[in-house]
Amino acid sequence: MIPAIEVKDVSFGKNGALILDRVSLSVMEGDMYALIGPNGGGKTTLLRIILGLIPARTGTVTIYGRDPREGRQMVGYVPQFRTFDFRYPITVKEMVLSGRLSHTRGVLRRYREEDYATTREVLKRLDLTGLMDRTLSHLSGGEQQRAILARALAGNPRVLILDEPTVYVDTPTAFEFFDILEDLKRSMTILLVSHDIGVISRHVTKVACLNHTLHTHNTPEITEDMIAATYHCPVDIIAHGLPHRVFGDHAEKEGQ
Amino acid sequence: MIGPGILEYEFFQNALLAGLFASISCGIIGSYVVVKRMVSISGGISHAAFGGVGLGYLFGVDPLAGAFGFTTVVALGIGVLKEKAGQNLDTLVAAVWAAGMAVGIICIGLAPGYAPDLFSYLFGNILLVPRSDIVMMAVLCGVVIFVVAVLYTQLQAVTFDEEYARVMNLPVTWLSLLLLVLVAITVVMLIRVVGIILVIALLTLPAATARGFAKTLLSMMAVSVFLGLVFSLGGLWLSYLLDIPSGATIILFATAGYVISLPFSRIAAG
Repeated sequence: MIPAIEVKDVSFGKNGALILDRVSLSVMEGDMYALIGPNGGGKTTLLRIILGLIPARTGTVTIYGRDPREGRQMVGYVPQFRTFDFRYPITVKEMVLSGRLSHTRGVLRRYREEDYATTREVLKRLDLTGLMDRTLSHLSGGEQQRAILARALAGNPRVLILDEPTVYVDTPTAFEFFDILEDLKRSMTILLVSHDIGVISRHVTKVACLNHTLHTHNTPEITEDMIAATYHCPVDIIAHGLPHRVFGDHAEKEGQ
Repeated sequence: MIGPGILEYEFFQNALLAGLFASISCGIIGSYVVVKRMVSISGGISHAAFGGVGLGYLFGVDPLAGAFGFTTVVALGIGVLKEKAGQNLDTLVAAVWAAGMAVGIICIGLAPGYAPDLFSYLFGNILLVPRSDIVMMAVLCGVVIFVVAVLYTQLQAVTFDEEYARVMNLPVTWLSLLLLVLVAITVVMLIRVVGIILVIALLTLPAATARGFAKTLLSMMAVSVFLGLVFSLGGLWLSYLLDIPSGATIILFATAGYVISLPFSRIAAG
């Protein structure tokens, strides 16, 4: 089987500092793959390389076997919250519809009936139909986050890539958001960058720690050696003195 | 008061038409400038236009034609360098801003004789726009409307979220350069009305005011065109009443309108 996303020996540096050091990972179809790690560890840089927005210095990236700039047509991207201007005069409907532009053709890239139909479906699926004529700036944080996700889904992606999707919303909203992802997991492959180890734990199928180098066992467990290699600090601080049990513990609490 | 008789004077008809075409294009392009935060780049482009005016004088070309060619080249140059310069864009804009003006000053110094209507390029005089320039403004205004009508959704995508537009494989670099060229076209059109020094205000103030009342980019453009008309014709009328320079009056009127609108804006200031 061809991996949905394959990263092989990718290195990247900026201003003399090595940000990614021979990173390799494979996201298989149906995975919900979580990438965790400290700030400045290169998570967003790796996503940008996967999306073909910046070139890797060495190594290769493929999306379903294709070059990122071609393969990204199959990707829905949820960028880091607040990377764009939320005061832009655009309605939810317009924003979600713009996610169809990857399917439009020609110089004019006019929308067709199927573009409007898909937009209506996605708005309904994410419970945004009642809000579709609102401006982005007049939504709550959670609604804005759903609108950004809706734009990504409008392109009917095979792979969904999310960069810190819940970093600016409160915890209940984050849980709701992950329930939506749990539902999406059945129909698409998901690659997700997050700080929020507690929230993602019960949803992911694989987890990797990235801090310039990548550590993973291709399982959903975060193990002591991964944490130690990634964070370079005593494991018991991270794990609240319960090495190995941190995940299970949190998962139980969330279940209640 | 201005009586109905004044409408029969050609200079006044020309002033109204100049105000109309300037308001339409600055309403449309100014909206992109405001939402995409291209204000300082546009300021650099407009001041660089003075270099084009100077080159026009020196080589005996119509100064506005010179300004049109020069600002287009400068706009494309900034666009290309912007891709590479990253966060040094601020410095780059300042350099273009000053260097463009310097080119203009040197060219005018070298040109034989005295530049009689130099002042009107710097500060504008809507009452002195010749018929030939009105025709040029009409054509450029038509170009702006056509291009934006055809590429509206793509320009919206690029100005809203450039990175996402790239992921969708839109021709982001081309569209960004095109937007800068449209800014250059608009700047040249506005020179006659308010002058090089004040162009940036008429390009941004109606759009910035409109933004507080618009839900979509299209409605922002419409409100902005309307406000541009109110500001330019109202400013013209005020300048006539008070016998003061028209360009500066238009700008102060627009600034007052912007400030007064702020408490009523539907988006928070900042």
